[in-house]
Amino acid sequence: MSDSPQPLAGPSEVTPEEETVHKLFRWFGSSPHRPLHWSGTVRRMSLRDFWTKFPKLTPMATIQPIAGENEQHPDVALVERVRGGDVSAYDTLVRKYDRQIFRIAQHITQNREDAEDVMQDAFLKAYEKLEQFQGNSKFYTWLVRIAVNESLMRLRKRRTGRMVSIDEDVETEEGSVPRDLADWAPDPEQNYTQAELAEILRKTIQGLPQGFRVVFVLRDVEGLSTEETAETLGLSVPAVKSRLLRARLQLRERLTRYFRSKKGPKEMGVEK
Amino acid sequence: MTCTEFLAQLDDLLDDAVTTEMRADLREHLRGCEHCEVTLNTTRKTIEIYRSHEIYALPTDLRERLHAAIMARCKKGC
Repeated sequence: MSDSPQPLAGPSEVTPEEETVHKLFRWFGSSPHRPLHWSGTVRRMSLRDFWTKFPKLTPMATIQPIAGENEQHPDVALVERVRGGDVSAYDTLVRKYDRQIFRIAQHITQNREDAEDVMQDAFLKAYEKLEQFQGNSKFYTWLVRIAVNESLMRLRKRRTGRMVSIDEDVETEEGSVPRDLADWAPDPEQNYTQAELAEILRKTIQGLPQGFRVVFVLRDVEGLSTEETAETLGLSVPAVKSRLLRARLQLRERLTRYFRSKKGPKEMGVEK
Repeated sequence: MTCTEFLAQLDDLLDDAVTTEMRADLREHLRGCEHCEVTLNTTRKTIEIYRSHEIYALPTDLRERLHAAIMARCKKGC
């Protein structure tokens, strides 16, 4: 168990980014002023080095938009070029987002071939319907919505026409309250090879109800905001928040089976 | 603050979306509740592990093949 939570400094003393770094260092059992143990390497890092090294560790709710409200998102110019007949601009958009779309499709369909088909179909459909893109949302969010719909259609085909909804399997109350309260080992990933860890993470997230899994993937893995996730899935913001909490807690609970500290589990089912 | 009340604020705390007053209340609860501290820390770590590990990588050869297929169709007008 780490030390008691450290008092927060006032906003004038520590920026939100610095605060997050401090949290992360505490989380890894170190501090910005002491060596950080990461992937077996002991190193000293400045804040700038840290963000350069771990750009994906941006605070969850403060994923920075690429452009300010009054600035044009770079995708808008690319979309305009495609509309003007410049196919090479679409090439840029495909390369920019293909990995994300493939991941999302794989998370929903849980099938490699389906994910490949969804990725192709989503980009082709987006190209065909580009005139319908209003620019009210980001191109990426619009593209994700197409990919989610294509993925659900693919699942429907696989299940011989049975309707597939994003609401499937989410009625359970399971996972809304933590039960296994064991702490994790300080650096639990180190106990597994990359391949073993990837398999654990895949198995664990595949066990979530689809409606939770998709929300977690869009919101926490792919970095959509709560509002964008709600818009993409056709859900209300409160529904997204509810599913996100339960997804996070269920994943945490399932990962605890692999990552628990060897000190032994704590009491189960404590509720004050 | 009870553990249930803490849990209701967990996502907002993880997302840095709580008010200063609420943050102080949550920290006060954490000082006396190891279970909630474990839940907070391990849930935060859960998110970060999924963010930092590519569990469905798109291999380069497959990526190039799919990319070529998409662009060929686009050039033909789909």
